[in-house]
Amino acid sequence: MAAKTIISRPIYGTLSPQPGKHHLFVADAEGALAIVDMARTAPPGFFDGAEIVFIPGADGKHVAALEALKSAQFHVAPTFASLLPRLKQTLANAHMGLRLYLAGTEGLIGQAMQVALEAGIDHTSMQTEHRGSLARRMQCVHCKGITENVTTQPATCAHCGLLLLVRDHYSRRLAAFQGVCINAEDRSEIPPIEEVFP
Amino acid sequence: MSTGTTKLDVVVSDVVPVNELVTRFHFRRRDGELLPTFSGGAHVVVEMRDGDRTRLNPYSLMGSPLDTREYTISVRRDDVGRGGSLFMHRSVNPGLEMVVSYPVNLFSLDLRAKKHLMLAGGIGITPFMAQTAQLAGSGGNFELHYTCRTASLGTYADVLQERYGRRVRLYHDDRDERIELDRLLSSQPLGTHLYVCGPTGMINWVRERAAALGWPAETVHYEHFAAPQPGLPFDVTLAVSGKTIRVGEQQSLLEAMEAAGVDPPYLCRGGVCGQCETNVVSYDGKFIHNDHWLSEEDHRSGCKIMPCVSRFEGKSLVLER
Ligand code: FES
Repeated sequence: MAAKTIISRPIYGTLSPQPGKHHLFVADAEGALAIVDMARTAPPGFFDGAEIVFIPGADGKHVAALEALKSAQFHVAPTFASLLPRLKQTLANAHMGLRLYLAGTEGLIGQAMQVALEAGIDHTSMQTEHRGSLARRMQCVHCKGITENVTTQPATCAHCGLLLLVRDHYSRRLAAFQGVCINAEDRSEIPPIEEVFP
Repeated sequence: MSTGTTKLDVVVSDVVPVNELVTRFHFRRRDGELLPTFSGGAHVVVEMRDGDRTRLNPYSLMGSPLDTREYTISVRRDDVGRGGSLFMHRSVNPGLEMVVSYPVNLFSLDLRAKKHLMLAGGIGITPFMAQTAQLAGSGGNFELHYTCRTASLGTYADVLQERYGRRVRLYHDDRDERIELDRLLSSQPLGTHLYVCGPTGMINWVRERAAALGWPAETVHYEHFAAPQPGLPFDVTLAVSGKTIRVGEQQSLLEAMEAAGVDPPYLCRGGVCGQCETNVVSYDGKFIHNDHWLSEEDHRSGCKIMPCVSRFEGKSLVLER
């Protein structure tokens, strides 16, 4: 569970069934288990009006567990980018009463939240639960490039190659943490690189 | 001085009867300057000097926020109420010097919304007069559904229909027209915010249906001016100011404190804003909580009271004020 450090650092909750007619779940990897856990407390018939969109990740686990929930629609996607058009379409056609549940890595939650915010859902009315890897999506404040799945501190920008301090400062608009050059004075100074977001 | 209730010296510039129950009042600043800007949904507290009694009633500003040469309010006459609206109808005439508070907005538009769905009942139309003017001025997307008892009591219905055409839907009780609420709520695009102002029953009905149909609480806004309810007189001791006072039948606890020279904070005087919250030091008796601010747990605990609307029955009550 990600700890709260500074004000822009997102905090996540535990999914719980909300009243409403339509329920849209977006999850990746271990996030599937958050949905399965929530299903235990859901009222009968809850998944009759639900759609689950799932990105299983490399090991392809948890697909069967989600299928077993018998949601009205179930959709598996290889990457977030590949499900983006579908997600946008669903939200554009949706009406008030649709509830959104996001579970899994911070990168997934943040990016799905970004699309939902644009569609008009307030971030406080989304259900979120962080599960699995603590890997971060990071924006380099120098070249603005986004590096996915950052697990170390400091981390190298995949675009400009600068060594960056991964800050807790989070942009909801970009769905990314900010990375700031750690050795701007002297590039030869390389602090130890540790795995801190496993 | 009460928080947020800095005063404005105004003069009544016009009094216009609107229909058999409603009269509109216009105020300008005595010094001829512009009034402070406000946003749609704001109210002012109007001070009424009624003999040796001062009444303070909140009324929504209904003019356009784009025009601050004057403030306008509409007052519905309540023949069985505590007398504030009757005073306005009977004793307030053009030229009268009055004092009103700075505007306070407890019912503001959420401008991040993609669409604003407004539901008004009766005199609950007044905040929407300003809100629709504000949105129309900025190209905002809104839709107003307005229920009234009869066409002649549809205060400003004609004005609104002329201004906004099909964006305004009217429902008349005497013709058995009712808002098809579930259908209306379920057909709104994502990103819609809901605003409701009207009788308590209507507000409760709309909030309850919206919650059941999956509207997040953050998207549902309501304005609830419960007038203080009369009740049995009771005595109260104010620990900090060291006074013991009597709250009359027709008086609110807040009014009794003010009359005794204590100046507690307030904003809404209707039990919704939380400003007047007061700690209970000790009590022997039972509270009649009429507010919408404290949680049920707070109500049961006997540790807090909202003096603007709540009352007490029993042997003794000591408040920290
Ligand atoms: S003044 Fe607003 S709750 Fe009492």
